[in-house]
Amino acid sequence: MTEETSRKTRPETLTVGIAGSRLTTTQREVPANDPPPLPPNSDLHVVGKRVPRIDGARIVTGAARYTADIRLPGMLYARMITSPHPHARIASIDTAAAAACPGVRAVHVLDRYEKDPIVRYAGQPVAAVAAVSQAAADEAARLVRIAWEPLPFVVDVESARAADAPLVYPPNPDDKVPRKGNVRGPVKRGPRGKPAGDALDALANSPVVVDHTYRTQVQTHATLETHGVVADWQPGSAIVYASTQATVAFRDELAEVFGIPKARIRIITEYMGGGFGSKLGMGPYGVLALHLSKKAGRPVRLMLDRREEQRCTGNRPSSVQHLRLGATRDGKLTAIHLSSYGTGGVGGGAGSAGPAQNMYDCPNVETEEADVFTHAGPSAAMRAPGHPQGCFALEQSIDAVAEKLGIDPLRLRDLNDSNAARREERRIGAEMIGWSARHKPGADKGTIRRGIGAAQSIWYRFVRLDSACEVRLDREGSVEIVSAVQDIGTGIRTVLAQVVAEELGIDPRGVIVRIGDTSFPAGPSSGGSLTTGSITPPARNAAHGVRTQLLEVAAPLLKADPAHLDLREGRVVVKSDPSRSISLREAAAKIGPDQIAVRARRSEDYGTPPLPPGQTSGMGLEIYGGVQFAQVAVDTGTGAIKVERVVAVHDCARPMNPLTIESQIKGGIIQGISYALFEDRTLDANAGLMVNPNLEMYKIAGSRETPVIDVHLLEEYIGRTSTDAGGIGEPATIPTAAAVANAVHNALGVRMLELPMTPDRVLSALRTVRS
Amino acid sequence: MSDSTKGVSRRGFLKGAGSAAAATALLDSAVLTVREATAQITGPPVYGPGRTELALHVNGSERTVLVEPRTTLAAALRDELDLTGTKVVCDRGACSGCTVWIDGLPVASCMTLAIDAAGRKITTIEGLATGDKLHPVQEAFIEKDAMQCGFCTPGMVMTAAALLERNPDPTLDDVKEAVSGNLCRCAVYPQVFEATLAAAKKRKASQIAGS
Ligand code: FES
Ligand code: FES
Repeated sequence: MTEETSRKTRPETLTVGIAGSRLTTTQREVPANDPPPLPPNSDLHVVGKRVPRIDGARIVTGAARYTADIRLPGMLYARMITSPHPHARIASIDTAAAAACPGVRAVHVLDRYEKDPIVRYAGQPVAAVAAVSQAAADEAARLVRIAWEPLPFVVDVESARAADAPLVYPPNPDDKVPRKGNVRGPVKRGPRGKPAGDALDALANSPVVVDHTYRTQVQTHATLETHGVVADWQPGSAIVYASTQATVAFRDELAEVFGIPKARIRIITEYMGGGFGSKLGMGPYGVLALHLSKKAGRPVRLMLDRREEQRCTGNRPSSVQHLRLGATRDGKLTAIHLSSYGTGGVGGGAGSAGPAQNMYDCPNVETEEADVFTHAGPSAAMRAPGHPQGCFALEQSIDAVAEKLGIDPLRLRDLNDSNAARREERRIGAEMIGWSARHKPGADKGTIRRGIGAAQSIWYRFVRLDSACEVRLDREGSVEIVSAVQDIGTGIRTVLAQVVAEELGIDPRGVIVRIGDTSFPAGPSSGGSLTTGSITPPARNAAHGVRTQLLEVAAPLLKADPAHLDLREGRVVVKSDPSRSISLREAAAKIGPDQIAVRARRSEDYGTPPLPPGQTSGMGLEIYGGVQFAQVAVDTGTGAIKVERVVAVHDCARPMNPLTIESQIKGGIIQGISYALFEDRTLDANAGLMVNPNLEMYKIAGSRETPVIDVHLLEEYIGRTSTDAGGIGEPATIPTAAAVANAVHNALGVRMLELPMTPDRVLSALRTVRS
Repeated sequence: MSDSTKGVSRRGFLKGAGSAAAATALLDSAVLTVREATAQITGPPVYGPGRTELALHVNGSERTVLVEPRTTLAAALRDELDLTGTKVVCDRGACSGCTVWIDGLPVASCMTLAIDAAGRKITTIEGLATGDKLHPVQEAFIEKDAMQCGFCTPGMVMTAAALLERNPDPTLDDVKEAVSGNLCRCAVYPQVFEATLAAAKKRKASQIAGS
């Protein structure tokens, strides 16, 4: 086995640019062991093609096993005990009655309440019981007696900011970011870090200023498979089946909590039913289940129910964004100033300034972001944290600047956005949606008014170097790739098969892909749209290593130099004389002792300053763009908005599999529409409880709300890795709500400053123009 | 889908009520099971409160389960018979993730008691294909990529395939209507529409070719 970690480099000529518009080459140093650059997709056989998921048959027949489907011999079922109060002190916990219940095998109370016996939101997990059936566990959970001392609470963001509001957390002088009452921050930032120029001064001197305050709601992830695990403690070690989007991080967290070596914990995630950022951490469920298993000496399944899922597993924080843009009369942005706060309940991360900081070329940019703590369920990363909310504000204000100046909104973006991909995307999308026929804002008459609007996206090229895999070829000719990386539904399993198949000249369906298991080489977390960009380069490098060794084995059989051989359609072929060939199987049979196995780890991005030693993740030089156009029909009688059509033009570096990429883009758009029009985590301010912790009152978009969606995928080469792949999950959902809002403005001539854009809000916005 | 589901669940409800009116209403329903016919003569059977042995007719074979009367069909299939293709997402009839067929009609198995399904013909996602030959809807779902995480997929496939059983030539709107109760958080709806229409077309073509 070899590990490709050499720091030596060689110069290489790499293709860069956008296929179909401008393709050029550039010279960069690449790691000496990296394979030669892949040609553009048009010259490839498998990569870049619409390859159906290799595990599709397992999924459509119900054979795919998710965590909720795991059944181990002797397995117990668990149920959590959660807080019924939004804020309370636990005076005592009596588990005797629960423990004595028939069928109950273990009860566990989270240790943290010994130090801090306070619950801070309704639905907060406190304990769990394990029993021989789910029904028995449910019953026993009701018998855990907790003496609560209810405390004053606040769930509304505005009330929580008041000086005399009940505190979510006691004051802490060690806080990195200073906190006053429930308000942490604000933190001042700007493009990639510090503020640029002097935004306030520039605003004061700008001939054109747009000044709006936008509000966005709390959204829950609402993954269809709830959070949960099947934990199997074995003395000194553990196997845990987890519905997670980060097998390695899950393992590391468990190892720390239980004080056992990481290598003694194995996390398995063969299939998982959605994450969207909420399944990056272990959560209290993992800890509870493993404790229960340890106590009972049996495996324990702890899957959350829907109500728990909606209340305690994460959410996208709300935002209140005061955004001011300044511009010159000829449409050059002079200033961007954003002051925002929001609440992620007991969690932070309510910032929304990414787009304001990074989307446009502007000399003066300053953002201030604050977190407001409330007695509500914790935030978690959710598909492009901060960005859909930030775009909802920024992209509407950009349109408002254009309107004030009488400039076409796309033209205004051309003037202020030098990103080449987005420029091209605006052009292509405008043509597809019929932008030139767009009427003036509010020009449509009648009861149903139509409009079109555009908005654009920004996301970052995150890279994780702790991404590795191993490719194996055995003497029977079986090809296998293994990695701990998990498939959260993007289809990475298929993309890995494509990469290996391309390198070895075989059918991707013939590649065995085993992933989602920490006993394999480390894989990246699937968060930040980094999976494909991080794990495909080592997959290709490892496959290339196998190829090289195989050609050496085959060379004497074909009486040719390895350099003159190629792998095509399952055969080793002499390039100059394809009639001389042997099958890959025949060649593989001559492999030494058992198999060829090559392991590779992610190299640094080519031509990019290396990460500081010891740091395994960072940001690449490029960004991902994306421009979306929405066409809406607004019923001015009922206030209902119908999104009729969305045109989406996106880039993700080299598209590896347009079929699955388009699925991600369409999914991102529909989630964006759902966020724009329906979803709203609602808390009763008097009781402090979530009133819609389910799927009938927490409305997510369904088939009836699905518009016609046309996707155009840019093929953009950036020359940064051996596959040059990038990500798409997050960019796809960032601009949708903003595009819909701009389309509504085009239809009605009024700006929707608050999400979701419900019928009542549309009607009241209409009243403001009529009066 | 709503009409057909109502058919089945209403029967369950009326049977529970156990009144003469219910028996009359039952006569209007298409088929009476042996148990229902018996119930009309002797009154409703009494189950529980402990575990009861039930014969479930699943995917063409008779399976016996030992469950409490409160056990849902979804739980019986998943936990007793290890047929975990059927997913439980909301467990209260809001998402159709648990859709199976009873006597050919799609129902939410989380809203159906196992005892009410006893003696009826149950088809789950595991039983939709014929041996290794996938159902045309399954094939089309793969081809059009009507899945991401795949957790809604079994329910979605069962609903879409049921639509083709009752309407072999659906319009786009028929498909939207049929799956309007099936939630998909990854939002693969457009591909579901495409796949279902493609499957219908393919099935029609092969029927014409075969006749
Ligand atoms: S799980 Fe049955 S409808 Fe949702
Ligand atoms: S594919 Fe993930 S919920 Fe439908």
